[in-house]
Amino acid sequence: MTDSKYFTTNKKGEIFELKAELNNEKKEKRKEAVKKVIAAMTVGKDVSSLFPDVVNCMQTDNLELKKLVYLYLMNYAKSQPDMAIMAVNSFVKDCEDPNPLIRALAVRTMGCIRVDKITEYLCEPLRKCLKDEDPYVRKTAAVCVAKLHDINAQMVEDQGFLDSLRDLIADSNPMVVANAVAALSEISESHPNSNLLDLNPQNINKLLTALNECTEWGQIFILDCLSNYNPKDEREAQSICERVTPRLSHANSAVVLSAVKVLMKFLELLPKDSDYYNMLLKKLSPPLVTLLSGEPEVQYVALRNINLIVQKRPEILKQEIKVFFVKYNDPIYVKLEKLDIMIRLASQANIAQVLAELKEYATEVDVDFVRKAVRAIGRCAIKVEQSAERCVSTLLDLIQTKVNYVVQEAIVVIRDIFRKYPNKYESIIATLCENLDSLDEPDARAAMIWIVGEYAERIDNADELLESFLEGFHDESTQVQLTLLTAIVKLFLKKPSETQELVQQVLSLATQDSDNPDLRDRGYIYWRLLSTDPVTAKEVVLSEKPLISEETDLIEPTLLDELICHIGSLASVYHKPPSAFVEGSHGVHRKHLPVHIDTGESPVSGGPAAAMDQPHVIPSQGDLLGDLLNLDLGPPVNVPQVSSMQMGAVDLLGGGLDSLVSLHAHSTAPVNYIYVGQNFIPSSVPSTFAPSPTPAPQAASSGLNDLFELSTGMAITTGGYAAPKAVWLPAVKAKGLEISGTFSRRQGHMYMDMTFTNKALQHMADFAIQFNKNSFGVIPTSPLPIHTPLMPNQSIDISLPLNTIGPVMKMDPLNNLQVAVKNSIDVFYFSVLIPLNIFFVEDGKMERQVFLATWKDIPNENELQYQIKDCHLNAGCNCVPCLFPQLSLKCRAPEVSQYVYQMYDSVLKN
Amino acid sequence: MIHSLFLINASGDIFLEKHWKSVVSRSVCDYFFEAQERASEPENVPPVIPTPHHYLISVLRHRIYFVAVIQSEVPPLFVIEFLHRVVDTFQDYFGVCTEAAIKDNVVVVYELLEEMLDNGFPLATESNILKELIKPPTILRTMVNTITGSTNVGEQLPTGQLSVVPWRRTGVKYTNNEAYFDVVEEIDVIIDKSGSTITAEIQGVIDACVKLTGMPDLTLSFMNPRLLDDVSFHPCVRFKRWEAERILSFIPPDGNFRLLSYHVSSQNLVAIPVYVKHNITFREGSSQGRFDLTLGPKQTMGKVVESVLVSSQLPRGVLNANLNPSQGTYTFDPVTKLLSWDVGKINPQKLPSLKGTMSLQAGASKPDENPTFNIQFKIQQMAISGLKVNRLDMYGEKYKPFKGIKYMTKAGKFQVRT
Repeated sequence: MTDSKYFTTNKKGEIFELKAELNNEKKEKRKEAVKKVIAAMTVGKDVSSLFPDVVNCMQTDNLELKKLVYLYLMNYAKSQPDMAIMAVNSFVKDCEDPNPLIRALAVRTMGCIRVDKITEYLCEPLRKCLKDEDPYVRKTAAVCVAKLHDINAQMVEDQGFLDSLRDLIADSNPMVVANAVAALSEISESHPNSNLLDLNPQNINKLLTALNECTEWGQIFILDCLSNYNPKDEREAQSICERVTPRLSHANSAVVLSAVKVLMKFLELLPKDSDYYNMLLKKLSPPLVTLLSGEPEVQYVALRNINLIVQKRPEILKQEIKVFFVKYNDPIYVKLEKLDIMIRLASQANIAQVLAELKEYATEVDVDFVRKAVRAIGRCAIKVEQSAERCVSTLLDLIQTKVNYVVQEAIVVIRDIFRKYPNKYESIIATLCENLDSLDEPDARAAMIWIVGEYAERIDNADELLESFLEGFHDESTQVQLTLLTAIVKLFLKKPSETQELVQQVLSLATQDSDNPDLRDRGYIYWRLLSTDPVTAKEVVLSEKPLISEETDLIEPTLLDELICHIGSLASVYHKPPSAFVEGSHGVHRKHLPVHIDTGESPVSGGPAAAMDQPHVIPSQGDLLGDLLNLDLGPPVNVPQVSSMQMGAVDLLGGGLDSLVSLHAHSTAPVNYIYVGQNFIPSSVPSTFAPSPTPAPQAASSGLNDLFELSTGMAITTGGYAAPKAVWLPAVKAKGLEISGTFSRRQGHMYMDMTFTNKALQHMADFAIQFNKNSFGVIPTSPLPIHTPLMPNQSIDISLPLNTIGPVMKMDPLNNLQVAVKNSIDVFYFSVLIPLNIFFVEDGKMERQVFLATWKDIPNENELQYQIKDCHLNAGCNCVPCLFPQLSLKCRAPEVSQYVYQMYDSVLKN
Repeated sequence: MIHSLFLINASGDIFLEKHWKSVVSRSVCDYFFEAQERASEPENVPPVIPTPHHYLISVLRHRIYFVAVIQSEVPPLFVIEFLHRVVDTFQDYFGVCTEAAIKDNVVVVYELLEEMLDNGFPLATESNILKELIKPPTILRTMVNTITGSTNVGEQLPTGQLSVVPWRRTGVKYTNNEAYFDVVEEIDVIIDKSGSTITAEIQGVIDACVKLTGMPDLTLSFMNPRLLDDVSFHPCVRFKRWEAERILSFIPPDGNFRLLSYHVSSQNLVAIPVYVKHNITFREGSSQGRFDLTLGPKQTMGKVVESVLVSSQLPRGVLNANLNPSQGTYTFDPVTKLLSWDVGKINPQKLPSLKGTMSLQAGASKPDENPTFNIQFKIQQMAISGLKVNRLDMYGEKYKPFKGIKYMTKAGKFQVRT
């Protein structure tokens, strides 16, 4: 006896019959009837009219019947909300049942009944279940909070369920922890700004412990959650990595991929030369390969992710190209992905193998795949220069097969190869021309025409060839028509004597007989050019073409970094940021890869110039503060600790100015240099230059020397220049709070020196400060040191230590810093410009040779010269700036130089 | 998380739907049908399909599409793994996973799906736990249930669900205590037309059938564990111990389970157990083609290669094939152009061969495609990677179990290009 009988009751009056059965006196009959109802529901029949009858069956000791009724309720309660209330009582009763299975079942089902009226009754039982003695019930209750939040978010917050969930992260049972994390993650998806999962080292430790013991699904949730954590330093990152690595050997591919995500992200934080870093890279490769032995669907997702990983870190899989070789019975979506990765991994070392494979694929049956394979050969030629010749000969072999679509595709890619390597492979043009007649696709025809036009001077019968295309001019596609027009004009410019007739013919075809405006316009332009000034025409038409770029299909680096943070997600399958397609994720914070201090790798570069004027208050709080408003201004300001002074300062490079770098004071006559090198930075420069009596340059040759000597002597660490305090936030704009301040650097630390003045009539308390993300990752290292309330008319001077390990975002102007200050009255926003000199470290001295080499290394176009005017020192002074009032700056990132100059200038003037 | 699940059969009918959150209209599957129409073969339907408001993530198993509907950002692999788990569970419960079996057991199916996911979160996916919650249907139980009115839903909280070893139920008792391990290796090979190996890799698994009383703690050691550098373990295996000593130490689940799967990559030297000599030629202008295929054993350590089956998609231009096998039988389907030759065992003294002619359409040009031969075979008592179990010990229980280890090598995707 099987359940299929439930599907067969198709006759009329079925509902009526079921109703009678549901009200049958015999328990057995009722159960059968409920089963039939469920079966009808499964196949999509509407049995909602039976609601009251089914609910009547709920009061039963029979667990199976209870479950079936619950199932029914979940499906139809929404359409019958009033009826659903009838079920509430038995739910509440079941939540008190001695059997934890029943308790859990009841709380689970209640959460699935998406009726507002019911949810109110649910709160009390849920609260009890969250603290139940049985972990099975607790873990079910955790999920129930997420369900409830989906139905009525406000209520969940008001009732304090979110806090209960957070408490569950510390639960003793790993499954409960996992479910709490899962629930919180789901809730925070609809709540982008709330900091629901407050990840701190204690929590992380609990999660890592739970990771070892919970189910595979729990591991996925925990790993995904871990990937959102930003470890404070490399030691922490390494210790997390160590505890995550065993997950790479898990049988569940989703666990593996989530672990890969965590590791890929934290790798950024590890020093590149450490043994651990290299070991981790080695460990990442086998699990990725193993994913490819899974089911095709798993392979597909894995391949999409591997595509990202090989772009970010090609070294991981560079030895493994063979696993991406295509098997002929792979599904097409796997084949195409494998092909793409093969090209990305192609290098001089393996190109022979890759080409042999691609050639093999080009003889397969699937036309789409064959075309992609042929195109891939072309991409290899463009990517691996040494292989170009081999690729071309492979393509020629393929053309010899005379398979129509192979030939056409090959000709299209050969055109690209010609563009990439001009004047190298023209010998094959003859072979190409043999296939002229078989080309019937616009792409291929256009490619062929382009080739003939481009190399018209070497093809004896170019005019005949092009003429043959001209016959059916009006039947061609626009693409072919345009190319043909240009090709014939090219031909004419190269061989004017024989082709006059031809060019006139095509011009009249294009301008008079065509109704395509693009074609007509191009025709007229050529016509006019040719008739007025053939020399200019030649320059225009036969001008040098921009080279074809190597990897047009590479993902743009910042997007790639973002996608790496989303490995394993839908975003990684679509190679688009989640904000681009997932519903309801607007306003979700974009994820960034953590930036390793010291690496000098950062997505930020300089911005365009802006005058260094007075700080300004950001006018209204509504509009441009989108980002600032997301700042958490709660009193416990989350402040990472500075680990060393070195870090903060050097991060000028790490934090954005990629490789800022030669700053240069360059005098007009004798060559004197001040150098600002990779590790350098002259916080000492000003204090030395201005006051120190520099020996006047005696001769050009010794000048350089002197300067180097000089900088040896300037191991002054006491403090750099600091501008006088300026009013940053006037009292009128901030309800009586006035802030004036400046930036300074003392003993290798950066400070923001501020004076807070209370000009209001009431006292102010609870001060807090926060910075928006900025170009240099500047953040305060401690909370605002104002502990006592500020009385009316009182001022307080404070010094806020800073460092540069915060999140980085390019600002405009580059040194702009948006600040939010909170007090008991309100929150205020203003922005200031950070003088660059506070980032300069003390140990910037450089060997002369190194300096000269570096100077040369930076392209000349990056050099900027500034006139130093109005030096306030008296005219008889012999100091460097007075004698050589011109400053030459060379920076790898030219945008920076302007700010360096501004700083230099302001230092000198003061 | 996972919103809904639709099961769709080969003819495109939705025969089961299950919603874990609000009901999603089945019209969402239209996007799937569109993709299905575009795909040339059933297996070519892409696994992730976007629709305006949802994402459809599907797997194809046993000619049934399992289509999951999701709405928010969910790891697709999580969904795919879960769907495969659903299929495995059905198979475990009903013996086969077919439309008929699912319809026959629709109530159990519903109960299972309900237990496996709660609001889209996986709840219980371990077969041990599920079987405690919902007893698998057996003929006897169905009969008893019909007579006594009892149910196949367990009354007790599944004990395993909360213990530190969630994969094992407590209080297991057997009269015969036995532990069997099967080392099964599948060899994936691509051989090019000149006979040299392009890639060769081995996917191996160790499947166990453990029926031991109480809470046994097993250790399994290998003669050559360094072969295993790319492994995925069942959660029961203690990873630390493996890292340190290369010994598998675990408290096994009760019954059948996959202890370990491993991958021996192409960088190791992989022995190829069979070779193929082939000669397929078409002459320009002739409507005949010659076909000559010979198989032989190689590097089999003296073991017999059996259950050999060769299949190949011949070029579209081939009308018919007139071949003569030295052993076994062959078929050629003139519509699909699929040639398949059931060889049986390979006798090293008398190599099996298949020779003859193929007829082409008169006047047609010589076919462009080169057929690929797909070869299946089995070799008993040998793991082609050379992996050998050293010993199996049991701790924690007093009795002496009966132990057994079996090796087998199979062809996975074994392809010979011509």
